[in-house]
Amino acid sequence: MFHLLQYDFVQNAFLEGALVAIMAAVIGYFVVLRAQAFAGEALADIGFAGAAGAAILGISSLLGMLGLTLLAALGMGALGERVRGRDIEIGMVLSFALGLGVLFLSIYIQSGTNANAGVSVLFGSILTVTRRDVIITLITGSATLLIIAFLFRPLLFASVDPEVAQARGVPVRLLSMVFLLLLAVATAEAVLVIGVLLVFALLIAPAAAAEQLTHRPLTAIILAVILGLAFTWGGLILAFVGTGRHLPASFYISAMAALTYFASVLIARFRTPRRYRPLPHPSRECVPVHAR
Amino acid sequence: MFDILQYGFIQNAFIAGTCVAIVAAIMGYFLIVRGLTFAGHALPNIGFAGAAGAVLLGIDPVIGLLAFTISAAVAIGILGKAIRERDIAVGIIMTFALGLGILFLSLYSGYAERVYSILFGQIVGISQENVLFTTLFSFLTLSVLLTLFRPLLFSSFDPEVAEARGVPVKLLGIVFLILVAITVSIAVQIVGALLFFTLLIGPAATTLRIVQRPLWAILLAIILGICYTWLGIFFAANGSWPVSFYIATISFGVYLPIRLLSPLWIGRNTRKRLPLRQDTFLPPGQVIEREENISSKATGHIPGSSL
Repeated sequence: MFHLLQYDFVQNAFLEGALVAIMAAVIGYFVVLRAQAFAGEALADIGFAGAAGAAILGISSLLGMLGLTLLAALGMGALGERVRGRDIEIGMVLSFALGLGVLFLSIYIQSGTNANAGVSVLFGSILTVTRRDVIITLITGSATLLIIAFLFRPLLFASVDPEVAQARGVPVRLLSMVFLLLLAVATAEAVLVIGVLLVFALLIAPAAAAEQLTHRPLTAIILAVILGLAFTWGGLILAFVGTGRHLPASFYISAMAALTYFASVLIARFRTPRRYRPLPHPSRECVPVHAR
Repeated sequence: MFDILQYGFIQNAFIAGTCVAIVAAIMGYFLIVRGLTFAGHALPNIGFAGAAGAVLLGIDPVIGLLAFTISAAVAIGILGKAIRERDIAVGIIMTFALGLGILFLSLYSGYAERVYSILFGQIVGISQENVLFTTLFSFLTLSVLLTLFRPLLFSSFDPEVAEARGVPVKLLGIVFLILVAITVSIAVQIVGALLFFTLLIGPAATTLRIVQRPLWAILLAIILGICYTWLGIFFAANGSWPVSFYIATISFGVYLPIRLLSPLWIGRNTRKRLPLRQDTFLPPGQVIEREENISSKATGHIPGSSL
């Protein structure tokens, strides 16, 4: 199978996959901590509209996705902070973005002949990634990771306990805005690898599985990166080696990610003694149960 | 302009669309109040994967839709109560289902047009039997919802008190999600997964900003849903763009000004009763002052501590 590595598109796929897996896992850890999974999903669907629009204009779909997701992140950040209300706002932005995506797609299909253009955006097209995409991903990815490293402690504080952080003078609102922008970049690039519908496999699943297994932030992030890399490369290798029929890499990646998450939930459940299991609490604190 | 109403397929689209809009508006209200917006987005997508599987096996897509959405609904209903963990679990269940969906699609060598139509919908291509089936089914769903209305409302707004009063909260939640799953399976074939989410969330999200009373909010949501659907079909029949785009745009265009202006009327009603959490943040120096104020006032009467 190693002779495959000579091909350009295979090299690009592995490079792009690795870059996106690392960035998505790091960002995903904070997404899990901040309970912004739905925002990630919405940004991915907005990326769908961006990619379809880019197809009409004839520009690179990565640029189209980056443009629209960044714009939407600004909008979502401006709309508010409260968890309960924000869910609805994200849903509304999401439904509008889907409508736009459908419009762009239908215009594109009417103008051209390729009816499957939407499918590659929905389910990912890692094998068509170009070297230019890899370079854009490398630049934005390292910029994103640098910003995260720079903001690490205040961002962690604001994610775990926003109220106390605000009381201690951390600019919580500004941080949340910056984080949404970083999430937009990560989502747009993850869509390129695995598609709009399966973005959770790289963004949420590694971090959520890691968070089930350890409570230390740095260990969890490193574990998430390792898991993300394993899913992506494992999926690519399986897709290339797969016997007979060539099943899509997206399927392998999402199946491995989901099964790992389910396994990690089971492991966490068996490992924690029942009386120390955290109870869900309105203010997201963990209340140990002593008397039961 | 209005002569399009003479055509049979436009009439079919209007009737089926209206039925779906009514049921979706009521369900959307409960979904939002229960904090399940994300599940409303995930279930149609999961149904898409089920339909792909059914097409691969050569059976009716409805069977695949029902199998996938109902099992996902039960899983979501059983999973944790905390919104934070539930969102992640919902998302990963959806990813898993869609991963299977792309597997089915890539194994299926035929023409998968029918499966993609489940994603994007084709409201203008409905047959007479479909209309009859949808109408009957909507009446059934509506009657079940009306039977469950009061306990469902109670358990949605205050699950703890409802549980203490003997309402089977968890069971109700699962039954409600199964009902949503069945509706998704029927409606998605008519309006498509993407449009169904708009009809589910759009009207209810808008009315929740306008009226407080549940019954009025639901009625207004139904009216809005029907208006969006009719306008969308009307524009689509006269123009060349897809129905989903028109309905999504109208829905967002109505929601956005109401969302932005709603602090004008919502603030006046709610701030009198209890201060919003964000308003309690003050610079460090003033916090102490305010705490003294509260404690000196609180010696007389603390609301809610009369136990």
